[in-house]
Amino acid sequence: MIYTVYILIAFLLICAISVCLVDNLLVSLIIFTAYSLVMSVIWLFIESPDLAITEAAVGAGVTSILFFITLLKVDKMKDEAGD
Amino acid sequence: MFEGLINFVDGVSSADNTHKPSKKKVKKYHHHEKTITERLEDDVLNQKSDSFDKFYSVVAIIMAIIIIGSLLFTVSFLPSFGDPTNPANNIVSEKYIVEGVKDTHAINLVAGMILDYRAFDTLGESTVLFIAASAVIILLFANKTKKEHEAEEKEEQKYENKNDPILRHGALLIVPAILVYGIYVVLNGHISPGGGFSGGAIMGAAIILYNLAFGDKSTSEFFSFKIYKRIIISALMFYAISKSYSFYTGANQIHSIIPKGVPGNILSSGLILPLNICVGIVVCCTMFGFYSLFDREEI
Repeated sequence: MIYTVYILIAFLLICAISVCLVDNLLVSLIIFTAYSLVMSVIWLFIESPDLAITEAAVGAGVTSILFFITLLKVDKMKDEAGD
Repeated sequence: MFEGLINFVDGVSSADNTHKPSKKKVKKYHHHEKTITERLEDDVLNQKSDSFDKFYSVVAIIMAIIIIGSLLFTVSFLPSFGDPTNPANNIVSEKYIVEGVKDTHAINLVAGMILDYRAFDTLGESTVLFIAASAVIILLFANKTKKEHEAEEKEEQKYENKNDPILRHGALLIVPAILVYGIYVVLNGHISPGGGFSGGAIMGAAIILYNLAFGDKSTSEFFSFKIYKRIIISALMFYAISKSYSFYTGANQIHSIIPKGVPGNILSSGLILPLNICVGIVVCCTMFGFYSLFDREEI
């Protein structure tokens, strides 16, 4: 079971590095959401299920929705500036 | 540009002097002419900023490496995870673990800690969240009258955007399940993992999904700014009053009239269940409030 946690942590590291390196903001947001989901699974493995629930709801749910809305608004402002 | 300038200067100077001058000499020779000087200065300035950019990125990388190294170095000194001789395992946590169920009648020790032993801290956290949301609302509502006309125009357009059949049918299936799960997590906060914050965040996510699928009009039927204000303020007031009562009785050694119940039942552990409900409501409303402030700049 400990190896599963190591695999998940390796995935977490890859996610964290690729969030900075990806040029497309939408793609990096999706990677960020995947990061939060994997993080909540890791919380489950180290026996803190209440943190796992909160991470899945806040990190993967609400925060990414707020980021997506911000991205949508920035794109709209760019379109208006372009016209 | 710099090369062209030198070639031009070379040509001028070679007309005057028969021998070919070195580039340094030419620079000095034409230094006093104004236009060329300005162009030279511009060039030098641009070069400076280029070299400054390189310097900046190199120093940034070095600083990042130093910070990462020092953090990893510090982490290597931390005690290992789950070690019984860790400094955190002192007399305080021992008292919580041994006498927690007897004192608070909550099976979930985390809930017993944050809503009974440390309820005053949780009240402060909820108040901080409330004050943050209020400050954002005050700032954004300062020029609301100016924007009211614009908002009406935008509302129709947004409503059409959100009329998506796949999202609607998916939300119709999922939203009730998420809401029920959130209520379950809140109500079982003192028995199973979870509690007010987790359940409130889940319910807030469900309401956000409902808003995304069905638009603002159908959401405002059950959740407007007036309702938001009343719910949050009454929940915080109830929290403060009930906890003041329990602090008052505890400090003066008076017998509290709140029944503790049998540990493990839903209706048990005194004030923890109603306080969990209060925290859940506040967190749910604040989550949705943040979302709608981001989306429409109003609640």
